[in-house]
Amino acid sequence: MKCAPFDYVRASSVEEVVKTLAEADGDGKILAGGQSLVPVLALRMARPSVLVDVNRIPGLGSVRPVDGAVEVGALTRHSRLAAQTHHPLLAETAKWIGHTAIRTRGTAGGSIAHADPAAELPVVAVATGATVSIAGSGGVRTVTADELFVSALVTSLDDDEMITGIRFPQPTRWGFAEFARRHGDFALVTAVVTEIDDAVRITVGGVGAVPVRAEAGERVLADGGTAREAAAAASAEIDPTADLHGSAPFRRAIAAEMIRRALAQAGIQ
Amino acid sequence: MDVTFTVNGDRMRLDVEPRRTLADALREDCGLTGTHLGCEHGVCGACTVLVDGEPARACLMFAVQADGSSLTTVEGLEGQDSELHPLQEAFVTHHGLQCGFCTPGMLMSALHLLDNDPEPGREKIREEMSGNICRCTGYQGIVDAIEAAGESLREVDAEPAEASP
Repeated sequence: MKCAPFDYVRASSVEEVVKTLAEADGDGKILAGGQSLVPVLALRMARPSVLVDVNRIPGLGSVRPVDGAVEVGALTRHSRLAAQTHHPLLAETAKWIGHTAIRTRGTAGGSIAHADPAAELPVVAVATGATVSIAGSGGVRTVTADELFVSALVTSLDDDEMITGIRFPQPTRWGFAEFARRHGDFALVTAVVTEIDDAVRITVGGVGAVPVRAEAGERVLADGGTAREAAAAASAEIDPTADLHGSAPFRRAIAAEMIRRALAQAGIQ
Repeated sequence: MDVTFTVNGDRMRLDVEPRRTLADALREDCGLTGTHLGCEHGVCGACTVLVDGEPARACLMFAVQADGSSLTTVEGLEGQDSELHPLQEAFVTHHGLQCGFCTPGMLMSALHLLDNDPEPGREKIREEMSGNICRCTGYQGIVDAIEAAGESLREVDAEPAEASP
């Protein structure tokens, strides 16, 4: 349970991170909160030759309200996200991430870059249509959350790129519901309901490799159906995989209930 | 790499390999074996310490990351003449421990909880302590202990005010 040896670089700027990662040529990793990366290293599931510590880069830990959205710096800790009041859905979401001693260290940028199918922030990123700012050797670019998440733990980030911030649009109404065996455990199902530009979105995490939009459920609502009908349609269209923590039918049933609760919280009956 | 931090107020200067976790550095290099290592991959919470006042899992931080930080470990709870901290007293009184392996992490998490909320209530205690696993007590005694410690700490805080005219 000890990590393999690595070179440690404490970066003082984003430019230094990008340069160091480019020099590592695919064998470098960014160390932010370390709440997912360090277990992976300890279990020797990864052994990068260079770790670039981004924790001391100034100016990346703020939550700023902007026109119709909030901009979250990549180094914003989950505890900070839970305490802010600018974006209530993000605050509620952050409270569900891990435990206190994880939220004090884990970062928004790290959670998005790690792209764990059971993680909360990627679901909210897709649910709100978030955009992600990325710095790399080729300059700065912006992608949508949809474009970023490719598969379980796989993103469209290049080896020399770093997420610098995420812009989460403000939904006009929202609901959040999650089922985990114990509070703080990895979620079996996370359901997020958001109303953006007068359209209701249903986004579900934990039931696929990436957060999925339940479009059949959304259509039921758009056609005047009830929350219960929408939840039933949504749970029928998702394709959860069975594992140690639950069978596919069990996850489907839990998803229906979580979607119904999230819809109810958003005031949709 | 050279690393300097303070642990329970004492300045420590170490030369560590980058892969040395903070937990290993505390135990092996500082000789502070009160911080326990259970799972070593961020699940059990036994290695929880305070880093600049915030709880963190010392197995998920490298010692080099703590450079310049102020750390508090379970040894920092010791009072004058080695007397137990009110939290430790309460853990003894209320069967908050049996084998004691998880206790250092439990105490540090509980210390942070009571520092921020002197009267958390049982539900919040359970939620805040959910990151620390105990295989002996069934948790009931731990919740009892933290609730009782909250009360006795509030009494300690109230005493100077009562004494003044």
